[in-house]
Amino acid sequence: MEIDPFIFRISIFILSIFVGYYVVWSVTPSLHTPLMSVTNAISSVIIVGAIVAALASNSEKIFETPSIFGFLAIILAAVNIFGGFLVTQRMLQMYKKKKK
Amino acid sequence: MSANLSATFYLISGILFILALRGLSSPETSRQGNYFGIAGMAIAIIVTFLSVGNFGSGFIYVLIFLVIGGSIGAFIAFKIPMTAMPELVAGFHSLVGLAAVFVAISAFLNPEAFNLGSIGNIKLASLIEMSLGAAIGAITFSGSIIAFLKLRGIMSGAPITFKGQHFINLFIGLTIIFLIYYLCRTQSSNIFWTIVAISFLVGVLLIIPIGGADMPVVISMLNSYSGWAAAGIGFTLENTALIITGALVGSSGAILSYIMCKGMNRSFFNVILGGWGATDQASSTLSKEQKPTKSGNADDAAFLMKNASSVIIVPGYGMAVAQAQHALREMVDALKKNGVKVSYAIHPVAGRMPGHMNVLLAEANVPYDEVFELEEINNDFANCDVAYVIGANDVTNPVAKSDPQSPIYGMPVLDVEKSKSVLFVKRSLSPGYAGIDNDLFYRDNTLMLFADAKKMTEEIVKSL
Repeated sequence: MEIDPFIFRISIFILSIFVGYYVVWSVTPSLHTPLMSVTNAISSVIIVGAIVAALASNSEKIFETPSIFGFLAIILAAVNIFGGFLVTQRMLQMYKKKKK
Repeated sequence: MSANLSATFYLISGILFILALRGLSSPETSRQGNYFGIAGMAIAIIVTFLSVGNFGSGFIYVLIFLVIGGSIGAFIAFKIPMTAMPELVAGFHSLVGLAAVFVAISAFLNPEAFNLGSIGNIKLASLIEMSLGAAIGAITFSGSIIAFLKLRGIMSGAPITFKGQHFINLFIGLTIIFLIYYLCRTQSSNIFWTIVAISFLVGVLLIIPIGGADMPVVISMLNSYSGWAAAGIGFTLENTALIITGALVGSSGAILSYIMCKGMNRSFFNVILGGWGATDQASSTLSKEQKPTKSGNADDAAFLMKNASSVIIVPGYGMAVAQAQHALREMVDALKKNGVKVSYAIHPVAGRMPGHMNVLLAEANVPYDEVFELEEINNDFANCDVAYVIGANDVTNPVAKSDPQSPIYGMPVLDVEKSKSVLFVKRSLSPGYAGIDNDLFYRDNTLMLFADAKKMTEEIVKSL
């Protein structure tokens, strides 16, 4: 009997939770705010779904209801991607060692 | 691009996201980690374009919207003051949540595009995944909006509670589960819209009973939700990058919530059910009468600190509100010139989000190796001459160690009272967010400095 691909996806999901668990515990508490902003940025990878939704329709009917939601999601996710990574970068630039 | 090849690239971008988080284990590697994250995102987006392969006029529009969103994001990222980070993060969470809702909606309306079957005949598993993704996304969205309004001060930070609140939440939660079951049987779009609408309502109801001081937990929790929403959509789209990221973000937010709850010695449910301080207000006002305090001015404070050999600074939310971090750094520089050893002590729940104080001190160019966490520094208070408490309150209250009746009993606190003298910068004797009186105000070794945190610190700098 063949294994349902869903099982593979749920395996990836559960293993990633474990990876996340160990990786996040090793994050130094002083970087918890950048951690939140960077997780925010990477969760916007949901933009891949938005792009598929936006490009689904034919070129004559670009703005049908489903693709409009896709376009809106692209804007929201793009705000997050650029905003999230840039603000993280800005914060991390400030963490410096004692200069001497 | 073949499906297998693009799946491989999605896996690579998932791995890059893991490395992005891994980089945050130390400030040195953190910047590199952020570049890994950006690379992962770029790969995911480019691969999606190539695998859809539709480079018609739609593609141009996608690029235009990408640029519009991107420039808004970049503008916000450069303009936002560091003190507003909690609001910004809450606002960003709401966007992820709403994006998840929108993607779920378009998948529901146009399942063919995602290979999920056809309208009215969507695969059962996909239907469950997308409705869960939409529901969690909607809760994240409206919950984050409420958190944003509370943090921004547009809405009062006081908990809003009413009778039967938890019962209503439970009822609505069960209704959503029932509706998802019903949706799977009927495939009716009306039910799908109802699920989305009710979930928006749940988000609001879930966050309004939680008070201002519990915001660190709320933000972490919403962070976690946004991850689970992304994972739900990831399952719908059968996209590895999204599944990995969702799991990472989900567990990251959950761990942060746990750390924050532990920092307050409260259970997660206790925080979520809300209303700390709402019931304890009455008892605290009684004990507030007529206890003597010593108060001083900037010159006294400057004299004490100049003649100290070591000073520990305890910053809190008040420092963020007063924007006092730069003045504080100047004060520390002046003290160091006098040969005083200075370090900073940060309580896990100081401020309005995890790591809030660290970012503000970093902004003021405080080297991160002078900043210590509670466990690292708590024993040093006994050997320190002056503790300078600026904008912190509840996290220094010795009552948490001595009075089992107190609502904050058992919460780990900074042992500020063990230092030879305590300088407490505060505008008045009013209690902190927990609504309880701070015993520290009335100790013999405490000198109250009644003023705005920034003004007082600036005056101390002058008299140094």
